[in-house]
Amino acid sequence: MNGVHDMGGMDGFGRVEVEANEPPFHHSWEGRVMAMSRAIGANGGVNIDAQRFSRESLPPPVYLASSYYKKWFLALQQLMIGRGMIGADEVAAGRALRTSPPLQRGTFSLKDVARVTVRGSFHRDVSTSPAFKPGDKVRAKNINPVTHTRLPRYVRGHVGTVERINGSHVFPDSAAHGNGENPQWLYTVVFSGRELWGADADPTLKVSVEAFEPYLDPA
Amino acid sequence: MSAHDHDHDHGSELSEMQLRVRALETILTEKGYVDPAALDAIVETYETKIGPRNGARVVAKAWTDPAFKRALLGDASKAIGTLGHVSRVGDHLIAVENTPQRHNMVVCTLCSCYPWEMLGLPPIWYKAAPYRSRAVKDPRGVLADFGVALPKETEIRVWDSTAETRFLVLPMRPPGTEGWSEEQLADIVTRDSMIGTGLPKVQP
Repeated sequence: MNGVHDMGGMDGFGRVEVEANEPPFHHSWEGRVMAMSRAIGANGGVNIDAQRFSRESLPPPVYLASSYYKKWFLALQQLMIGRGMIGADEVAAGRALRTSPPLQRGTFSLKDVARVTVRGSFHRDVSTSPAFKPGDKVRAKNINPVTHTRLPRYVRGHVGTVERINGSHVFPDSAAHGNGENPQWLYTVVFSGRELWGADADPTLKVSVEAFEPYLDPA
Repeated sequence: MSAHDHDHDHGSELSEMQLRVRALETILTEKGYVDPAALDAIVETYETKIGPRNGARVVAKAWTDPAFKRALLGDASKAIGTLGHVSRVGDHLIAVENTPQRHNMVVCTLCSCYPWEMLGLPPIWYKAAPYRSRAVKDPRGVLADFGVALPKETEIRVWDSTAETRFLVLPMRPPGTEGWSEEQLADIVTRDSMIGTGLPKVQP
């Protein structure tokens, strides 16, 4: 979706402000939100792509004005209500009002912790061969789905060069919407700064994105 | 709630977010979805066990062991997997090498993708709009915000983490560190130098 989350190339947000000796969390609730998101993601079938889409789908003023973990909280709660895993009435009451079917993988418990503190593999075998090879010129498609996609706006329609083939991975555009993992070849595609930003761009700039094969046409 | 409490709310009054998050955790616990002790363990892992020290040890090893450096640049997940004592690392990690000709910088314009196992949780600036918006268009301006100025002919390569691949920058080893041990070297590898917004810091 063309949301405010797709920030590459936007102006006006000001300088980068660095906090010295920043702690992992600024409030204890932030850690709880992070942990709940990971836990429900790991055992509940609410995959990372669905969680990302839920965050992107927050209204733009909310997205821009909320702290990072507040966005995670709002998105997780909304997603779980949307899937019927919890009720809006339960959120209002602050407690469970009824029983619910267990998560696909059961209660997230201590035995599951190691599984979420190391990244899993997103690699999935496919029967096809990659359509592109390093050195090939490709054009990022001009697509504007209202659903989840990982092709940022700032490269759409632009020509780049395939640099690496990174294997075949779960396709977020499908997985975010319960349409299966639908694995696709994944490439690193490099664009020159001038291709993306015009003649005034820094001539030494090159930008790469990680692009799934359905995002690309031969150029 | 977690015993590792960083709350800045010094009064007895609970903030709105504390109340809302506590309510959700209560519901998830009562539903049997989560065991709060397991949530404690996740929080504790990221507060105490996983941080930029992991990445710094990998960089120091690459600076002192040419065979490891080759392996790291070939397949970072596999190479780091051979260093059992550093960190368990998931799949799809790519190490990118800074050279006199090319400086690498990592961003996630769409959200906040970051090599957690190597660097811990990302800092706020990495997740915030100023960095995400400008890194791909004006990286030298961003570097200036960090007090970093590179030669004008150096190629700036920005890696936008738009999939599940993750990137670790292998900074250049500073001059004057010949003969240093891996431990000494790891101490000068900053988090930002592994994101590409800083350089290793040699104390005078």
